[in-house]
Amino acid sequence: MTAIPTQHGYVGRPVPRVEDAALLTGSARYADDLPVKPGTLHAAILRSPHAHAELLGIDTAAARTVPGVAAVITGEEAKRFSSPFLVGVKAPMEHWCLAVDRVRYVGEPVAVVLADSRYVAEDALDRIGARYRPLPPVMTFDQAFDAASEPLHPALGSNLVNRRDFTYGDVDGAFAAANWRVSVEVEFPRNSCTPMECFVVLADFDAAEGGYEVLSNFSGPFAVHPVMARALKVPGSKLRLKSPPHSGGSFGNKQAVFPYIVLMGVCARATGRPVKWVEDRLEHLMAATSATARRMALEAAVAADGRVLALRMEQTEDCGAYLRAPEPASLYRNHGNLTGAYDIPTLSVVNRIVLTNKTPTGLNRGFGGGQLYYGLERLMHRVAVELGLDPLDVIRRNLVPAAAMPHATASGGSLDSGDFHACLEEAVERGDLEGLKAKRDAARAEGRLYGIGYAAVVEPSVSNMGYITTVLTAEERRKAGPKNGAQASATVAVDPTGGVSVSVESVPQGQGHRTVLAQVAADVFGLPMEQITVVTDFDTAKDAWSIAAGNYSSRFAGAVAGTAHLAATRLRDRMARLAAPQLNVAAEELVFAGGKVFAAGNPDNALSFSRVAAAGHWSPGTLPDGQEAALRETVFWTPEPLKAPTDADHINSSACYGFIIDFCGVEVDRDTGRVRIDRYVTMHDAGRILNPLLAEGQIQGGFAHAVGAALYEEYAYGDDGRFLSGTFADYLVPTACEVPVPVILHRESPSPVTPLGAKGVGEGNCMSTPVCLANAVADALGVETVTLPLTPHRVAALIHGEEPPRPAGSTAPARPAAATGKPGGRGLTGEGSRAVPATPEQVWAILLDPKELAALLPGCEALDLVGPNAYRAEVVVGVGPVRGRYVAEVALSDLDPPNSLTLSGSGSSALGTGRGSGHVTLERHGDGTLVTYRYTAEVGGKVAAVGGRMLDSAARLIIGQFFDKLIARAGGPEAVPERPSLLARLLRLLGIRP
Amino acid sequence: MKPAPFDYLRPATVADALAALAAGGDDARLIAGGQSLMPMLNMRLVTPRTLIDLSALPELRRVEVADGWLTVGAAVTQNELLARPTLATEAPLLAAALPWVGHFQTRNRGTVGGSVAHADPSAEIPLCLVALEGEVVLRSARKRRTVPASGFFIGPLTTARAADEIVEAVRFRLRKPGAAYGFREMGMRHGDFAITALAATVEADRIRLSVGGVADRPTARDWPRLEGAALDEALNAFAWDLGGDDDQHATATYRRTLVRRLGRAVIEDAQTELTP
Repeated sequence: MTAIPTQHGYVGRPVPRVEDAALLTGSARYADDLPVKPGTLHAAILRSPHAHAELLGIDTAAARTVPGVAAVITGEEAKRFSSPFLVGVKAPMEHWCLAVDRVRYVGEPVAVVLADSRYVAEDALDRIGARYRPLPPVMTFDQAFDAASEPLHPALGSNLVNRRDFTYGDVDGAFAAANWRVSVEVEFPRNSCTPMECFVVLADFDAAEGGYEVLSNFSGPFAVHPVMARALKVPGSKLRLKSPPHSGGSFGNKQAVFPYIVLMGVCARATGRPVKWVEDRLEHLMAATSATARRMALEAAVAADGRVLALRMEQTEDCGAYLRAPEPASLYRNHGNLTGAYDIPTLSVVNRIVLTNKTPTGLNRGFGGGQLYYGLERLMHRVAVELGLDPLDVIRRNLVPAAAMPHATASGGSLDSGDFHACLEEAVERGDLEGLKAKRDAARAEGRLYGIGYAAVVEPSVSNMGYITTVLTAEERRKAGPKNGAQASATVAVDPTGGVSVSVESVPQGQGHRTVLAQVAADVFGLPMEQITVVTDFDTAKDAWSIAAGNYSSRFAGAVAGTAHLAATRLRDRMARLAAPQLNVAAEELVFAGGKVFAAGNPDNALSFSRVAAAGHWSPGTLPDGQEAALRETVFWTPEPLKAPTDADHINSSACYGFIIDFCGVEVDRDTGRVRIDRYVTMHDAGRILNPLLAEGQIQGGFAHAVGAALYEEYAYGDDGRFLSGTFADYLVPTACEVPVPVILHRESPSPVTPLGAKGVGEGNCMSTPVCLANAVADALGVETVTLPLTPHRVAALIHGEEPPRPAGSTAPARPAAATGKPGGRGLTGEGSRAVPATPEQVWAILLDPKELAALLPGCEALDLVGPNAYRAEVVVGVGPVRGRYVAEVALSDLDPPNSLTLSGSGSSALGTGRGSGHVTLERHGDGTLVTYRYTAEVGGKVAAVGGRMLDSAARLIIGQFFDKLIARAGGPEAVPERPSLLARLLRLLGIRP
Repeated sequence: MKPAPFDYLRPATVADALAALAAGGDDARLIAGGQSLMPMLNMRLVTPRTLIDLSALPELRRVEVADGWLTVGAAVTQNELLARPTLATEAPLLAAALPWVGHFQTRNRGTVGGSVAHADPSAEIPLCLVALEGEVVLRSARKRRTVPASGFFIGPLTTARAADEIVEAVRFRLRKPGAAYGFREMGMRHGDFAITALAATVEADRIRLSVGGVADRPTARDWPRLEGAALDEALNAFAWDLGGDDDQHATATYRRTLVRRLGRAVIEDAQTELTP
């Protein structure tokens, strides 16, 4: 009996997925499909419209009176029934499941309504009055570093949470000796691999037991389970967490459901009833989670032939408003492979973690790899450009040679297997790089913008649970106790009819666990796959698990499937020992094949598999002496090379490392700046491939996500903190129309570390592809710097240069231009002027008269004087059918009668917040007055998140209404007649009238 | 993401619909395909007291050709119009532009009249209506009136339709003899809202360029048959006059760039068709 199944088995073959029938026929059971307990309340969450504000108070009285509402939960209950989440670094930072005194990102949960239905709960949400005092938001790396910025967590005193410096080898010596220095500075934007299914939590509290029972689509890592239990103030055994049998995808995102598990636990406890919450898409995009944004500065010491002798790397990680578990994992996941696929002997690193007023970050396909390699591979591209070398030659000269495997990296990683050079040469050959180069040359000869990009990366998989502690100093680690390993567990059982069931602690998210585990077990037992049942729902109270459990860091193929193989093998061996006496042969000579157990030399001397399986159930009394029944085996496995960080901060952050070499050709449209991927070749060595069909699906999926990160997707925020990507019309996930099919190539270098020799394969293109495409665009345009995502307007700005000037005599209103690369980020601004048929004194009198002012304010339904020239107004504001009822404070200031004044207002509604101020000057103009105004406005919350395209023009329209009415009050014509006059239409066409 | 409560009415006659609309006033909304309104209802951006469904009114589902006009009933779906076998000869611009309206699936429900009434500044059908110097037929319980496209669109999601009026039909001018048309659009992805959409009409003595997605409504400009630098200057002036705003997908500068570059290209497309 060999450790690896025979060539003739299922493993390694492109077996079609067994889970697809349920998925495609609609019979899959997702979390939202599962029945709820009688009396379940439905939750809706009130979320902060502000990026940063003090929470002054919440008035829930009106919401509580809505029929069908059972309770409204606020930070008070959160404080009563929970404690803040544990944070991965020592820092005075309190993160509660509901805001208690401050909100720190748009979408932060502020209150929960629990009602008979989600509809009623949302009706009541609109009636909660939350009062805020806005604080200056911290939105950029520079603001986070600025000591003058408002600290998100006052006790922390700064928005720089952690800094660690690492030196591996004589970096300064290498730089002094090097011929060349090449440097790059890059920023990787916030984005996310958005799953189709959003978060779902069903929570219940058993008062008699004092324990919580929660069903959610949490995906792990279960290192977060103790974080949840601590937050709910119960031992882990009192937080029973179950997951459903099917998932609508995660890509890491479902890790971030955990704060809501605690929140719904609090709600269940506070109400004494079961609670259900289903996250909607707006909530997900706005506030679920995000990949980290990262700023990197890299400098390479380079020999004349392009070999990199040393690397200086500075990484700053934007983790959002809270350092939420398992962060700062994004920054440290790749610590052992910071030098990528290259043999770079010396390395220095400065790692900084900053906080900003954005959604907290977390797991996401590629987790930290897209960020790291964006810097590293842009650097390698620049080495080639600056030294005048072929980029592929620079890669060749730096790749770790096959003879050096396993290769110890400068920072402590152990690259376990692979022949990187052979992969590269095979990719060049089979991917027809020469043909691509010819195509490029031909395109360029025609004046077209065509470029070729390259990227080489190692893809880490099966995380060392100790890598995150690299953020601590050696001293802090000694105090905290060692953390390491990557345990996986699997249970295999036989039933009395000979059926085999397999369960693992991986919480599948659509990758095909059932298929692969059935392949593995069927091979071990010599059974048809149909006889294997893979149980994919999970229950912390009944299943075998450790803190490393869950579906993340590409651990399934390497660790989990391997452990299932070990468990199946152990059970089979035990069955063999039971069968051996009956067949009068040694257990070692037995073969399991074709549903039978027989002697290797005499296939007729056989028992059916089911007979052997039944023996353990029906006749334990007849078992040979000293033998237990062979019913069920659970194996815990951890890869041998995974140790805790050393005192010198060396860390092998993952158990195994695949290799990827990509190249691509892109063409950029000269007029529009659109990037078209002409050809993409991706070569993978992911160790032993368990199922080529699934591996290809994983690569295509990772590639599609990477195309999104490279060309389309960004969680965009305004400088004023508003969130701008609240729908899939603004957060642009590429569709089948935008994603070409890449050429996928494989080599297989089995990992010596994992039981089946497999490594992870699903995340790699999220690491290699964004930078490969960026390098190709930089090559096409011949530019040094490009910015992700490479959206058409950004690329066009690199091609087109200065805009042709406004022609003399143009009457169009001037509007301030956006900072390059960040449109839509500023507040709304504008200016204009109107001729009003009244004297300045008359206009002044209108503006200062509360009755008149009430008539001028768009949709004003009530205006009460609350102080000198200060009012409280109820206004219904909007454009077209979109209307919000805002309670607003309106004030007139800077009064200089009858020349100028400032009109300002701020308010909030269920649609979000609005704030604006306009400076108005009155100038005598013939018989009338020329009223000139200049305004700034900020719009936050829902309407900004979903309506960014139209905010500017909507603001102009609303301000125009004010002046239309002013003109009408001052005796001019009615502003918007049913049929606009020709003159009005002409003026409007010229942009004079909004 | 659940809508606020509303009453749902599905009248069987236009008269009933108009009566319901008059009774509902500003708190009533009309729905046909729902491809824009349903998400807005679900996000509670729009919270009507009454929702009046126009999809059961056969009068609004007719398409007629008469007196130089292609008259499309408001509740005709975008795909129904696109599938009309004679569309490419009657209104080649519509035939070119309709495939850019959303996605195949949304066009199965989305209506021509709904798109016009919604008045998204980047929408293709309003752009075509302006480009083809079309009209909107509005009907209330009191009267029927016709508003030219140039006066119908007032701003983002804002039109000349009064609260008690239904868009009954949309009228596009039929292809003129000797005219050729071009359509181009730049969006981020297939089926996305246009960053800029452009429609050109070229006749013997006239160029008409209509642009969506830049100003706050589709906007047209007419020139004589300009060429070369004169056309570039005219396009630049038009681009600046349209202005455009920055949003997270594009700068105003980029939008103006598209007006200049794709404007020229779409005019050349039409010219090529005119003089093959």
